[in-house]
Amino acid sequence: MNTLMDKITFNGTESTKLVVINLLKHVSQSIALPILGILVFLALWSTAANNIDTSLGKFPGPGAVAEQVVNLYQEHRAERIKAEKFYQRQEERNAKRLAQDPNYQPKIRPYTGKETFWDQIITSLITVMSGFLLAAIIAIPLGIAVGLSRSLNTAINPIIQIFKPVSPLAWLPLVTMVVSALYVSDDPMFAKSFVNSLITVTLCCLWPMVINTSIGVSSIDEDWVNVSKVLQLPALKHIQKIVLPASIPAIFTGMRLSLGIAWMVLIAAEMLAQNPGLGKFVWDEFQNGSSQSLSRIMTAVLVIGLIGFLLDRSMLSIQSLLSWNKQTDLR
Amino acid sequence: MYVVKILSKLKSLVHIVSFTSIITFSNFSFAEKLGWPEKEELTFGFIKLTDMAPIAIAYENGYFEEEGLYVTIEAQANWKVLLDGVIDGRLDGAHMLAGQPIAATIGYGTQADIITPFSMDLNGNAITVSNTIWEKMKVNVPKIADGRPLHPIKADALKPVVEEFKAKGKPFKMGMVFPVSTHNYELRYWLAAGGIHPGFYAPHKGDTSGKLQADALLSVTPPPQMPATLEAGTIYGYCVGEPWNQQAVFKGIGVPVVTDYEIWKNNPEKVFGITKAFAEKYPNTTIRLTRALIRAAKWLDENNNANRPAAVKILSQSNYVGADYDVIANSMTGTFEYEKGDKRSVPDFNVFFRHFATYPYYSDAIWYLTQMRRWGQISKDKSDEWYHETAKKVYRPDIYTKAALSLIKEGKMDVKDFPDFSTEDGYRSPQTHFIDDIIYDGSKPNEYINQFKIGLKQGDTI
Repeated sequence: MNTLMDKITFNGTESTKLVVINLLKHVSQSIALPILGILVFLALWSTAANNIDTSLGKFPGPGAVAEQVVNLYQEHRAERIKAEKFYQRQEERNAKRLAQDPNYQPKIRPYTGKETFWDQIITSLITVMSGFLLAAIIAIPLGIAVGLSRSLNTAINPIIQIFKPVSPLAWLPLVTMVVSALYVSDDPMFAKSFVNSLITVTLCCLWPMVINTSIGVSSIDEDWVNVSKVLQLPALKHIQKIVLPASIPAIFTGMRLSLGIAWMVLIAAEMLAQNPGLGKFVWDEFQNGSSQSLSRIMTAVLVIGLIGFLLDRSMLSIQSLLSWNKQTDLR
Repeated sequence: MYVVKILSKLKSLVHIVSFTSIITFSNFSFAEKLGWPEKEELTFGFIKLTDMAPIAIAYENGYFEEEGLYVTIEAQANWKVLLDGVIDGRLDGAHMLAGQPIAATIGYGTQADIITPFSMDLNGNAITVSNTIWEKMKVNVPKIADGRPLHPIKADALKPVVEEFKAKGKPFKMGMVFPVSTHNYELRYWLAAGGIHPGFYAPHKGDTSGKLQADALLSVTPPPQMPATLEAGTIYGYCVGEPWNQQAVFKGIGVPVVTDYEIWKNNPEKVFGITKAFAEKYPNTTIRLTRALIRAAKWLDENNNANRPAAVKILSQSNYVGADYDVIANSMTGTFEYEKGDKRSVPDFNVFFRHFATYPYYSDAIWYLTQMRRWGQISKDKSDEWYHETAKKVYRPDIYTKAALSLIKEGKMDVKDFPDFSTEDGYRSPQTHFIDDIIYDGSKPNEYINQFKIGLKQGDTI
């Protein structure tokens, strides 16, 4: 141990140099290059933006977007203050009415003012995650069943192949009509618009998950299947101990694909059906046609991209956490 | 002939008498205090147009809350979505085209019993043509001393342009916002007054495109998309409410040629529509929301439009109309910009309360019915009696009267703000000031449509 320490101290300067060089190399590759990329993009964007004139003014450049980020944040703050006052007024009114009308059941109603950009982001995130989870609950068992049984696969495959390429916009009118016909209640737990978006998202991100899961399941190493056979594992145990662990990477590939699709589908569905969320924000701004509209839409575009990226990364980290084979290069 | 005239006079007299008795009766029955609202959480829909202002103001000034109503206001994608929303209950009420509750009640389009206790405004629309069409039209327009075009500009100036298109075999396309919209009828009125045939509807033959025998082909575009559609060259002109005409001026893509104030001075515009079932199930809520809207309308016109700049500021918020302050202010504050730089004073371009604008006159409903008949949307002849009865099904001055009387009683409003409820029969006296000088008397609908050169008359079918 001591000699080792000596060696290190002896070679101290040499090795530090090496480490620093390596570190620099690493930093330059993993940080400097992306920064350079972004800078070049920003430069190209602002020159391009300066040269595009629309009837609503110049195309928004990075400066305009930054300004809108501040604006949107301030609007959010202002709306929150209004909401607080709204609740205060409501309590006072309730108290006043209770004094005149003792039978009254006072009730605090949620704020009726406008949804801010931040609220829209949260709405979209909740919708996409619910739709995606619902799809996963259906798709993964279905994919496993299809992967295990060749005949089931042959039976279901044509259906999957036909529905897979269908655009969400084609589904939406059908979903809307069906939901408004079947989902009838006086005091619904979820808003109809939420159910519409959710089902549309589910319908569109079901298929990649089914396909990838089934491929993963059907291509398990023969040896492992044989091991299971030798041990005479019951069917459920077989799925739990052999199939699931073996097909985790494939399942997650499918889930990542689906989540990406889900996010894109949701924005389109929200735009078309005017369901609350980022898509509606974009459409409303387009309709408004004010001088700030384009820069607000551009801000939303960047935020949509950023959230899509974060969703993908978080899926990736869950995948690497669950995956048994840590050697595979995930990207 | 003479006997018929006397008979019809007698009939209208009976009308007035029976109506007055209803009013006095409701005055009496309204002695008790207005009850609490049965439904407190409401969702109202609107289309991004400046004439939705009473709803926004009633919310922002707290009038809804003072009635104990918690209202959420939602922009809708187009008039069809909005109407369906009210019918299927997703919306409790909405800013509607006056023609919508009428058409729904007579079953043109979707059948549903929609009523209106409140007229939202007078005027507020204009017809805009693209820059190229304006260049061609301008040479036909007479000029005033300083070289600017003489107003009102009639469709006579457009006629040679349409004929040029026709000769080349190119369709002359224009946009309006909905088949039963005021804009459709105003655009048709203006075109027809200038000798351009806007086309007939023939619903009994399954033709609801409204292009039969047309010189100018009219099609539907949602209001906020009008400027973009004009810019794309899909249409050469359109009739729409504000701010979408001023938007065309600001964007430099088109020129408003005539306002609806010039086509028909103080014409009724939007109404607030609710289902009949809603009004029956929630009578107190209905009266209370009417009260809030009346107060908002009054605020909008108060002290000679003094509150308009504040209203414009509210409307320019992205959740309401959302267009730029300047664009909205251009028409809301008593001026209107035609050709870029040609800003003229039109103090009554938007009227929300003056001239008893909010009172739901039967004669307003009947005017829409006559236009539906004129252009074939109502394909068969109807008796005068039918016009009066239909108007009474849809327009509900009884609810308005209750709301108004309670506001007077509480001292929030003055008797002078309203028509004299003890004598008001719901028919405005014969209205002049149409661009073609034809006089409209709401008590004689059939006689009225027989006066038009272009359009169906009594006895005609397509």
